[in-house]
Amino acid sequence: MQIVDVMNGNMAAAVGAALAKPEVVAAYPITPQTPVVEYLTDFVVNGKLDAAMSEVESELSAMSIVSGASLAGCRTFTATASQGLALMYEPYFRASTLRLPIVMAIVNREMISPQSVWGGQQDAMSVRDAGWLQVYAEDNQEILDLTIQAFRVAEDKRVLLPVNVCFDGFYLSHMTERVLIPEEDEVTKFVGKYKGEHILLDPERPMAVDPLTNGELLMEYRCKHLLAQQAALEVLEAVDKEYGERFGRSYGGAVEEYRSDDADYILITCGSISGAAKDAVDLKRAEGVKAGLVRIRWVRPFPQQRIRKALAGAKAIAVVDKSVSFGWNSGILSQEVRGALYDQGKAVPFLSVIGGLGGEDVSVSMMQDVIGRMVRAAAGESFESPLWLMPSEY
Amino acid sequence: MKFRNDYAGPIGVEGIHVLNTGDWRINRPLLDDETCMKCGICFLYCPVNSIRRREDGSYFICYDYCKGCGICAHECKKKAITMVPEEEKY
Repeated sequence: MQIVDVMNGNMAAAVGAALAKPEVVAAYPITPQTPVVEYLTDFVVNGKLDAAMSEVESELSAMSIVSGASLAGCRTFTATASQGLALMYEPYFRASTLRLPIVMAIVNREMISPQSVWGGQQDAMSVRDAGWLQVYAEDNQEILDLTIQAFRVAEDKRVLLPVNVCFDGFYLSHMTERVLIPEEDEVTKFVGKYKGEHILLDPERPMAVDPLTNGELLMEYRCKHLLAQQAALEVLEAVDKEYGERFGRSYGGAVEEYRSDDADYILITCGSISGAAKDAVDLKRAEGVKAGLVRIRWVRPFPQQRIRKALAGAKAIAVVDKSVSFGWNSGILSQEVRGALYDQGKAVPFLSVIGGLGGEDVSVSMMQDVIGRMVRAAAGESFESPLWLMPSEY
Repeated sequence: MKFRNDYAGPIGVEGIHVLNTGDWRINRPLLDDETCMKCGICFLYCPVNSIRRREDGSYFICYDYCKGCGICAHECKKKAITMVPEEEKY
């Protein structure tokens, strides 16, 4: 029996992490992630979670501690956001290239400057090429489910890479929703026990850790790392399917396709704004416009083949980003999707849309407007790209 | 790509191909056991742990990772360590 509860996204992440029973947790509080640290500390103090909880003096220390613990063969969890992620970048890159299966929540927040504490995906998207796997949740139930699944994907022998479970600051982190909590025993069976083999600090069998390595061998490790990212594409689909069989919730794997099968006009989103996009698709469908949505869940590894397949029949495409790619005059996912479609055969109107930065709303009417623009672009009208979804204009 | 080892990343035992940074050395520190008073100041100052202590309390230099920075020679009060060019290599 799963328990029905009501909780915010931060609690969903903390509960999901606790169910997977990490042995070491180290985290430093930062808005909007702070409650994740509070909840986990509470669980440990009150005996609900048997883990070494380290309240460190910075994110640099948090990532260093979970890296050390992972090297010693422990299952580990941490969480951060925005400037905290920036501060931990040095050990962050090292954690993936040392192949440490750490799970870390990123509660997406805008990067400074200007000074802001509100939502935006610029933080996690900016580090998408640091070797971690990255997955983005749409709602609180998915945060909990993904946090559990992340351990399975990270620790899979074909993968052995750290995972970021990303969710939008405030829109999810501080929003309260109904969430089903799986039984602890069932989760324990699902995630299994982590046993470090490829890496293990063991006095009985000393290993050289991160010795000075020549370029050719470094290229070999990079090659293995890229292959592990590709292997993760299969693993994450299998884990999502198995989770669905055991707990009744499956999310479509690397991407969720919503009414996109026969769609002419396809929106592409990532994270919590997908809810507004689904409503807009439904409203446009009611008007007779064949709209659809592809929600990218896993950004790393990038699900190129699934995206190509989902967009094969589109007459126009619009990617709505909650981040910017400096130098491309577009959002980040916009360029990723464009890259995935190279040599697809036919070029259709492609709208880059940027919205929801600094915590601004991306509303249903904005999404409807984007669909309308796709329809006009497909009919041959010129279109604005990038399109900025300015709240005052809607 | 043909892989040279079975390790996922730069952590392992045999075949990990540790680079000996001693190969970068231009000047080699030579320790004169006759002059050395076993104070251990070189052991404390060496930035790469290349000064080793024997069981009898005397010291020797391990050249695998010694880059020849000369800090040991600079710190030695008895001037028991001298820096000598690695002539055979250059």
